[in-house]
Amino acid sequence: MHELSIVASIVDTVTESVAAYPGARVVEVRLRVGALASVIEDSLQFCYGIATEGTPLEGSRLVVNILPVVVHCAACAADVELEGLQSFRCPCCGEPCSDLRQGRELEIEAIEIDEVEEAV
Amino acid sequence: MTTRIVELRKGILKKNDELAAGLRANYSAAGVLVLNLVSSPGTGKTEFLEVTLREMKARGARVAALVGDLETDNDARRLAASGAPVRQINTHGICHLDAEMIGKHLDGWEGVALDGLDYLFIENVGNLVCPSSYDLGEGIRVALLSVTEGEDKPLKYPTLFNSADAAVITKMDLAGPCGFNRELALHNINEIRPGIRIFETSAKTGTGIDEWLAYLAEERASRSA
Repeated sequence: MHELSIVASIVDTVTESVAAYPGARVVEVRLRVGALASVIEDSLQFCYGIATEGTPLEGSRLVVNILPVVVHCAACAADVELEGLQSFRCPCCGEPCSDLRQGRELEIEAIEIDEVEEAV
Repeated sequence: MTTRIVELRKGILKKNDELAAGLRANYSAAGVLVLNLVSSPGTGKTEFLEVTLREMKARGARVAALVGDLETDNDARRLAASGAPVRQINTHGICHLDAEMIGKHLDGWEGVALDGLDYLFIENVGNLVCPSSYDLGEGIRVALLSVTEGEDKPLKYPTLFNSADAAVITKMDLAGPCGFNRELALHNINEIRPGIRIFETSAKTGTGIDEWLAYLAEERASRSA
């Protein structure tokens, strides 16, 4: 439900970043979103089309890479990936794991831009 | 035309996270323990907070509350009956509180300064999804669940329960009539957030309130030590 404010924040950040490349067109925006970030990709995509209108991001693709939850299992002394969000237990040994190592990320990883080459 | 990949690695909620970090530093310098109370609408956050404020005041603690709702100041007026300073935040449609709203309402809060407080309670907008993304600089995030909501709420909303530091079950006086399965609820909370402190309470009868207040006092003491 807060996807529109998230997209608005993406538009601001990307607009600031492309200002360093005058005339460039944004082709793609890549996100890293943890499975525990409370963000739904469909809602993001829906809001993205609306929120990018009239901005340097208009017409660009939004690519959302969902990162699985990774917890540290003290018993196995290893970081392990959870298959879902219904049980925070080590999939190898069944031990409860509260030490979260990945899953809450919500960041812009990179953008792809087309630059206009300057006339020589 | 050339194509270029520009690495950004920027947090989307960076602005909120930075503001929250500033708030957290202010809370810590003032020695105030801040709690962010999150639940669905109707869990009984306001009534639970009413009892908490009243009992803490009776024990001599300096407490205040910020309360978030889309509209109305009904909750602030209810909570003000405890005698504690209370300020309403109306979000006008926004489904969560953010650090900027908290900062703005702390500034210029007549008669209330952080260094004159022991505890500040923030009652978030009733919503189990969006508040989990917005750090308010709190020391303790509390997820509340009432016996009328179903034991599987933590499984349905794992993001919130996993980010909580403590869980409170409310309306325990209705557990019998609702056929509340206590063991299952405790099990589900622990599946999502292993080892979390869980308080089983009733604001009506006072069940569990002493234990909850003792926890707050311990947490505050351990943080200011």
